[in-house]
Amino acid sequence: MSNVQLDAKIPDGPLEKKWDRYQADMKLVSPKNKRKCRVIVVGTGLAGASAAASLAEQGYHVEAFTFHDSPRRAHSIAAQGGINAAKNYQNDGDSVWRLFHDTIKGGDFRSREANVYRLAQVSNHIIDQCVAQGVPFAREYGGQLANRSFGGAQVSRTFYCRGQTGQQLLLGAYSSLSRQIATGQVRQHTRMEMLDLVIVDGRARGIVTRNLVTGEIKSHAADAVVLATGGYSNVYYLSTNAKACNVTAAFRAYKRGAALANPCFTQIHPTCVPASGDHQSKLTLMSESLRNDGRIWVPKKQGDKRPAHEIPAAERDYYLERKYPSFGNLAPRDISSRSAKEVCDEGRGVGPTGRGVYLDFADAIDQFGQETIRQRYGNLFDMYSHITAEDPYTTPMRIYPAPHYTMGGLWVDYNLMSNVPGLFVIGEANFSDHGANRLGASALMQGLADGYFILPYTLGDYLARTQRDQLTPDGAEFKQTETETKAHIQRFQTGSGKRTATSFHRELGELMIEACGMSRSAEGLQGALERIPQLREEFYQDIVPPGKEDNVNSALEHVGRLADFFEFAEVMCHDALTRDESCGAHFRAEHQTEQGEAKRNDQDYCNVSAWEHTGVDSPPQLHIEPLKLETVKLAVRNYK
Amino acid sequence: MHLTLHVWRQNGPDQSGQMVTYPARNLSPDMSVLEMLDHVNEQLIADGDEPIAFDHDCREGICGSCSMVVNGLPHGPQKASTTCQIFLRNFRDGDDIYIEPFRATAFPIMKDLMVDRSALDRIIQAGGYVSANTGGAPDGNALPIPQHTAEAAMDAAACIGCGACVAACKNASAMLFTAAKVSQLATLPQGEAERGERARRMIAQMDQEMFGGCTNQGACSAVCPKEIGLEWIAKLNREHIRSKLPQAT
Repeated sequence: MSNVQLDAKIPDGPLEKKWDRYQADMKLVSPKNKRKCRVIVVGTGLAGASAAASLAEQGYHVEAFTFHDSPRRAHSIAAQGGINAAKNYQNDGDSVWRLFHDTIKGGDFRSREANVYRLAQVSNHIIDQCVAQGVPFAREYGGQLANRSFGGAQVSRTFYCRGQTGQQLLLGAYSSLSRQIATGQVRQHTRMEMLDLVIVDGRARGIVTRNLVTGEIKSHAADAVVLATGGYSNVYYLSTNAKACNVTAAFRAYKRGAALANPCFTQIHPTCVPASGDHQSKLTLMSESLRNDGRIWVPKKQGDKRPAHEIPAAERDYYLERKYPSFGNLAPRDISSRSAKEVCDEGRGVGPTGRGVYLDFADAIDQFGQETIRQRYGNLFDMYSHITAEDPYTTPMRIYPAPHYTMGGLWVDYNLMSNVPGLFVIGEANFSDHGANRLGASALMQGLADGYFILPYTLGDYLARTQRDQLTPDGAEFKQTETETKAHIQRFQTGSGKRTATSFHRELGELMIEACGMSRSAEGLQGALERIPQLREEFYQDIVPPGKEDNVNSALEHVGRLADFFEFAEVMCHDALTRDESCGAHFRAEHQTEQGEAKRNDQDYCNVSAWEHTGVDSPPQLHIEPLKLETVKLAVRNYK
Repeated sequence: MHLTLHVWRQNGPDQSGQMVTYPARNLSPDMSVLEMLDHVNEQLIADGDEPIAFDHDCREGICGSCSMVVNGLPHGPQKASTTCQIFLRNFRDGDDIYIEPFRATAFPIMKDLMVDRSALDRIIQAGGYVSANTGGAPDGNALPIPQHTAEAAMDAAACIGCGACVAACKNASAMLFTAAKVSQLATLPQGEAERGERARRMIAQMDQEMFGGCTNQGACSAVCPKEIGLEWIAKLNREHIRSKLPQAT
């Protein structure tokens, strides 16, 4: 008998009334009792910082953990483009309904209606809240908030702070968090990495951490645990994620019984600076807005090594314009990424590695003049020439797709609680809102919606319904978990291997991007499922012992995170293999239309696949949550 | 290309450190300085030695983690760049490169190139916020903010909190960092209610953390990866004086 029960706990009533009803019916914790409640929040990105600050403002005692030296360094800081909201300030026909509908459709009908509708509803409050904090959003001359259209949306609903929207929103949440740290309502724990979840009497009651400076392994107890630990794109080694981003916190929760949902839904962003060689340590995103004016092409001939300007127009293949005449270079992210991979697989890629396509502004410069293009994209062109030492005004940019965001994550119900009572999961770490693909400017919206406006209510409801006690972190469950954590670290110290974690990570990444990246097939995935356990075994045999545990040791940190990526990669491949359809960013080569488009199978796969851990050497067990689309009509995406 | 690195190694806060020389061979000019350190660390790890500890994360110039001095300059020899965005094509084959941590009394060295910059967080905690609890905020457009005001606030808000300004300053002053946050919020109407109190408290915290005073040399702004301007320090001084006036909040 499995322990996993998937009940989404969606409130009754019409879609647009569900969240109001929930708020009317939820139980409250009295101010006096809030002071007695302790909540652990792991991660201080947009979701974690906003949740920690908001819970503390309500009167809860919060313990906030980050592996960075400061909450402000979380990777939300790197988000460039913007944040969506259904304000309809531009009077262009936007509404909560339209934002909801676009998000469901963008996710290729693989997300929960009730969650997504609520997300669209609270989106407007986020903008108001951020303005109140002093986030310097772009403004019109008259002083009104400015908007832009983003990621192919037909309305202008994206709010932005130059190309640093994530930074400014995170600094807003960080400032609110800092205020609570100063009052003592939040206690922050920096340079601390969560290594395990502690479950007492079936409820999440604490975590075990490693102090990254002293190596101390320590337990922390609370009435509830919130994971805001981000996504897992670094399973591919090269991604746009920061170097430290990892799956460990979420994966250790999975190994303690939390279900992992839709892990194969990963977004590969089409416009990144290509890798320049084997030394590449991460990839840099270039804003998608570049596709508004840039034309994407590769040579028609295989292995054409002539410089771009020597290739005449007749010998260029503007493949997106050719295949998708109405959307052209603005085709959705997954289509655009897959097409780039296809032309490179055909041997028509450009640049030193052959993994790149041109993004050419020559026509736009002819039409609008260099000055206009400089005004529109100057900072992006500077960034590009800085990295590549090439001038995009005279030589076409080279771009290539890179893993960027993961829609999958720990399964949560409408309360954002996992199937483990007391374990809440917010932001990119959960699976709930983006279905099989995420729209541009929706990640920031979801992180802050969860942290500011949803979790602070749903967590209160849970605490109000739960028997509370003053648990201290010295019970048998904590000691046992600590012992297991230490044993896990020790496991790497005894060998006499010669390979480094980076070398293994790179190999795992190459395998994953090939088998479970932009295009997947049963054959490729089965091959990966054979190869990954072998590679994991080699990893345990051949890894160099990482050495000192009582000091800063990046080798030790990397080995631990990589061990989890190895096991996680297998769950991803199981998920991709089991989902025998194409949808959103999940493209199964067996399921495409004659034109090479993703072909969904709503009959069999309009559902969430949630995976339960059964042991390292046994396949995970699949649980299905059917998706009941009651309001939105299933439609086939058509970007022709 | 081949380079010779001289890197500060120090085992812990209370121990003495020294420059250690490492040959860095077979490098690509397209590598970043951090990727060069990765390359050296790979060899150290494979040999069972301790890797060089350094803070880094986003590697696209926005997280503010990088905190090293390269050839005598915080972040290194390129304007408006963090170390992660400086590529080896800026150096010549055969060069010697000297890498040290940011140095300041308020930034104790933790290990090798890693320093403790939590003093900057405590300056923000002292008042670098608008006291706006979640919920109940008025509509974002209820308070029109002229575009030039929003843009000016954004210029100041672009600070990434790396601390290069402190490392560059002969007085190890955190004036530019503090000025950026005080000015962002003093420029915007949302920051008005706590304007005076904020300036007073953040400056007091800055002094308490043992950052030095400002003598207007401008080294801070010259090395700032986000080119935060010196005019904000002038504004900080004005805000400080303003906060002492009887009517100021």
